[in-house]
Amino acid sequence: MKDLFSNSVFFGVMISVLAYELGVLLKRRLKWAVCNPLLIAVIVVMLTLAVLGIDYESYQEGAQLLSYLLTPATVCLAIPLYEQIVLLKKHARAIMAGLVSGVFTSLISILVMAMIFGFSHEEYVTLLPKSITTAIGMGVSEELGGIVTITVAVIIVTGIIGNVIGEAVFRLFKIEEPIAKGIALGSASHAIGTAKAMEIGEIEGAMSSLSIAVAGLLTVIGASVFAQFL
Amino acid sequence: MKYVRQFAIILAVSFLGEVLKALIPLPIPASIYGLVLMLAALCLKVIPLCAVKDAGKFLIEIMPLMFIPAAVGLTQAWGRIQSILIPLIIVTVVSTVLVMAVSGQVTQAVIRSGRSGSDQKGSDRESSGGKEGRDRE
Repeated sequence: MKDLFSNSVFFGVMISVLAYELGVLLKRRLKWAVCNPLLIAVIVVMLTLAVLGIDYESYQEGAQLLSYLLTPATVCLAIPLYEQIVLLKKHARAIMAGLVSGVFTSLISILVMAMIFGFSHEEYVTLLPKSITTAIGMGVSEELGGIVTITVAVIIVTGIIGNVIGEAVFRLFKIEEPIAKGIALGSASHAIGTAKAMEIGEIEGAMSSLSIAVAGLLTVIGASVFAQFL
Repeated sequence: MKYVRQFAIILAVSFLGEVLKALIPLPIPASIYGLVLMLAALCLKVIPLCAVKDAGKFLIEIMPLMFIPAAVGLTQAWGRIQSILIPLIIVTVVSTVLVMAVSGQVTQAVIRSGRSGSDQKGSDRESSGGKEGRDRE
């Protein structure tokens, strides 16, 4: 029976999609922010694998089909961006100000907290690219001498945190402009935050897509400067 | 056949992104080159919007699903994370909230300062802008 699950071509994708669907249903029923479909899906898949005794490699073999689509999907983020290009040009100054301030806040807050907790240089540069998209973040971490597996873990956790608490942060800090919400989600929690922005609205989604690319590129430059500081 | 052609175009742009990544020695992934290429192609009308829109919207809609395998992979990194778990969680949560609050506030402040300068033209989202205006009256 266990072999059947491990060897199945479709098991990995099926369990992932089912777990996500379960998350969507729970969210609709309970309406709690913690009932984030992505978060629930991840936990349900982890538990299922543990209970059935399936190792990550066999799950990943089937489930990687989903990861494979990530590049084409990211390319498609250009579509909502193009649809909002007029708005983008009109508010270019505000958008750039938001993105630059976001990237600086990320780098500075990590530097300060790394000093407080007495992190080593290696641990510090591992965390520097935490708010940008996985593929760029991995490259930055590797180049600065960080631990890439931890960088990937922290990037994904950052994305999920942003996705889950985004709307609460907007209420708390009175962020109401759709453009500002999109920039905030994208620059703090990259593509996983963008998935949330897409749910909130078209403008939010477009601005968040833009943030993934621009905040990512700004961080490539910023992180290499900040790496000298600790 | 519509979806096949749309998916083919999207994959072709993704592939061009990979080509650029191979040629340019920067830590920038193929997906970001692809995104910029796609945006340029749409702006220059090399690719008309209707040639990629439906398949593109579908891919974006199912995007959250694509993060599940990597996130489940966190269990693999557990051994290395365990020793610095608590500070790691604090840094991650605090900086995520800070970045979100600061970038959102700054963007909003600049938008609103521009708006108050050039007469109350209102929000960019027609419906909500209209409602806001009425509420104020």
